[in-house]
Amino acid sequence: MTKEISITIDDKTIKVKPGEKLLWAALDNNIYIPHLCGIRDEGRPSAGCRLCFVEIEGSRHPVTACSKVVEAGMMVRTRSPRVDRLVKTAFELILSDHNLKCGSCPANRKCALQKIAAERGLKLTRKRFKPLQRDFELDDSPDEFAFDRSRCVLCGQCVWADREEAKVGAIGFTRRGINRVVTTFEDLPLADSICTQCKLCVDACPVGALYYKKDAKK
Amino acid sequence: MSDQGPQKLYQALKEKAVSLTGEKKEKTRVMIGTATCGVAAGALKIKDYFENEIKSKGLEAEVVEVGCIGHCYAEPMAVIDKPGFPPICYGYLDDGLVHRLVEDFLAGDDPSYEYALAALERNDVFPTFEDFPRGVYEHKLILKNCGYIDFRDINSYLAEDGYAGLARALTGKPGELLEEIKAANLRGRGGAGFPAGLKWEASLKSGVEEKYVICNADEGDPGAFMDRSILESDPHLVIEGMILCAYAIGAGKGYLYIRAEYPRAVGHVREAIDQAREKGLLGESILGTDFSFDLEIFQGSGAFVCGEATALVNSMEGNMGLPLSRPPRLAAKGFRGKPTVLNNVKTFAYVPLIVKNGVDWFKEIGTPDNPGTAVFSLVGKINNTGLVEVPMGTTLRQLIYDVGDGLPKDKPFKAVQIGGPSGGCLPESELDVPIDFDSLHEAGAIMGSGGLVVMDENDCMVSVARYFLEFTQHESCGKCTFCRLGTKHMLDILTGITEGRGDSNTLDLLEELAEDVRDGSLCNLGKTAPNPILTTLKYFRDEYKAHIEEGRCPALVCRDLILYYIEPPRCSKLCNVCVGSCPTEAIFTREDGLKEIDQEKCVKCDNCLKACPAEYDAVVKLSPPVLPPEKEKKAK
Repeated sequence: MTKEISITIDDKTIKVKPGEKLLWAALDNNIYIPHLCGIRDEGRPSAGCRLCFVEIEGSRHPVTACSKVVEAGMMVRTRSPRVDRLVKTAFELILSDHNLKCGSCPANRKCALQKIAAERGLKLTRKRFKPLQRDFELDDSPDEFAFDRSRCVLCGQCVWADREEAKVGAIGFTRRGINRVVTTFEDLPLADSICTQCKLCVDACPVGALYYKKDAKK
Repeated sequence: MSDQGPQKLYQALKEKAVSLTGEKKEKTRVMIGTATCGVAAGALKIKDYFENEIKSKGLEAEVVEVGCIGHCYAEPMAVIDKPGFPPICYGYLDDGLVHRLVEDFLAGDDPSYEYALAALERNDVFPTFEDFPRGVYEHKLILKNCGYIDFRDINSYLAEDGYAGLARALTGKPGELLEEIKAANLRGRGGAGFPAGLKWEASLKSGVEEKYVICNADEGDPGAFMDRSILESDPHLVIEGMILCAYAIGAGKGYLYIRAEYPRAVGHVREAIDQAREKGLLGESILGTDFSFDLEIFQGSGAFVCGEATALVNSMEGNMGLPLSRPPRLAAKGFRGKPTVLNNVKTFAYVPLIVKNGVDWFKEIGTPDNPGTAVFSLVGKINNTGLVEVPMGTTLRQLIYDVGDGLPKDKPFKAVQIGGPSGGCLPESELDVPIDFDSLHEAGAIMGSGGLVVMDENDCMVSVARYFLEFTQHESCGKCTFCRLGTKHMLDILTGITEGRGDSNTLDLLEELAEDVRDGSLCNLGKTAPNPILTTLKYFRDEYKAHIEEGRCPALVCRDLILYYIEPPRCSKLCNVCVGSCPTEAIFTREDGLKEIDQEKCVKCDNCLKACPAEYDAVVKLSPPVLPPEKEKKAK
């Protein structure tokens, strides 16, 4: 048994396992930090969504909680003007590339983006950044679920579920920059790929990009 | 093993090399600069001309390829070294000039001084490069051999005391070598200036025995070619530096990560590695000691982001070239999970010189916090484009006006972009900033890898920022939100401004977003991508405002904000040149015989402006794109 250490988040002192990443330490203690791409079992976090910024006493700049290992006596603030500004911009950037028709989304009211908006008082509208116009084809080839890339936030939860939990490897990230997408080998429809339709990826999706057809709203 | 073992073996190698190269020097030699820059300018043809001319005259002379001489503006170039004369450098070569040089100098004894650029050794008849204005400021350390030694022949490097540093270091302990590099305060030349010695030391702290040394030669900035030139012209210098690093940290294997777009560099380094192995300077039991280290080339596929350390290692491991979150740093956990020291080409190149000449020698050059020299590729609106090496602390003004001989046609200076797409644009008022890591950072630019682009009044700062953002946006790997989407939105906003779109909030939004991308991105590609925007907004905000508020591009560059117009008082009835130059038949002859542009048809290709003879100079660009009112009436 390794001895637990104490850290303080927003004036609340909590006991955490040494070696734990700050994001999971906070979430386990009911302290919310926005996040999309964080995966607890992933050794080295992707740190791609850039939403889990916190301030740590002694650090010059806000750091991402998913990549920060807890240290005894660490003093953490989940909110500050700098953190709020970065989170707001990252959130709005993600929204600029996200299909915002929440009413017709199967993930409505259980969407991770809606949760972030509610927790941080952010609006689910696009004010500063224009929507990026993109044409994505809906992949409804699997029997029970479908993949709508216009809602995908590239968090990688589905890729992790597919590779590390289902051990299939049907989907992955391809292309670079603004063209980065989650897709199958040779961009085949899921049903034509090696996908076993185990649906672990659907359960992992936080935003309704992968969804059950039975939940689809007409 | 005796302590004198490596020295003895080295002395034997060197003596042999000196005698071999000495023999060569007794013959007349024509050395042609055939680094990529020279080849692009036609150096291989020049080589053929020389060989054919020499052959047809039955002369005894050897034609040798050397690397980059550093005076790109005068390419193709050659150095003729004839016994009895100082070695003399000739530039702007063509077939006629080659014919003349062979006839007059090689066959006869007239060095044709009127065509010579400079001599390479002090003499009583002709000035050397050191006598050039730029020679006063230049201080060549790592470029010293570039263009003067035969990169194909390791003996050529050995004869210049090459590998002497290695022989010396091998007689001492690795720890002593590490202390020397730390004491020299050698700062990494890849851009950020992190002390190399500390990085090396960090790799030891892990306690893991298996370690790697990697040379980052993924030079990707537009307009930067320092690393390529060094690898092409003096590959052994970098190899020796890597071997020394490996000895200091106890690594057994190293890689040179060279982009595949640098085929000549790859070729030269490959040959050099083979030769070093043959001589026992690389591989098993280096110079007879029990230290073994081997090198391999890894060819990168040219993604800009792979210059980022973790992305580079990722791509070497066969993964996508995506950066990873840090810590751990590479020095703790790098290639194949092992401690890895990754330094830039130039950083490694200084190491043999420091070991050979001593820490004090190195620290005397440059400034106390930034010892040594800085290498720049001078490009853009500057007379002497080329590769230069100046001591740290030289001011930008000295670099541009004295070393680079100022701007062509004495046009006024407007801005200088330092550090490529990650760097910043500095205006006239910042020209007295000394060139070192800290001062440049303070001014908003970065040293970067050393690309330096000079701009004049004909360069639009908004377009420049847009150009660099287009580059970084294209090169973004897409992993993190700020870089993937932030650079895209910044580019869209900038494109809008060059088209005259935007309102009073646009600049504030652009600045806010730029700051957030800088503060929030995962890796340094994203963190530095906004620098061109932030610096141009800081120093050239009025130019942005002119675009948005007046629909005017002050530099007359942004196509949507200009029109071409022929000034009737200057136009001549006797001339038709512009009509023929127009690809869209937009120019017609009016009833009075003068020419006019049909704005509907004009595609703003700039042909007519270039075609209009200098004595008339009648074609002008107007911004905002509005025709002068009275002329408009007349035209109807």
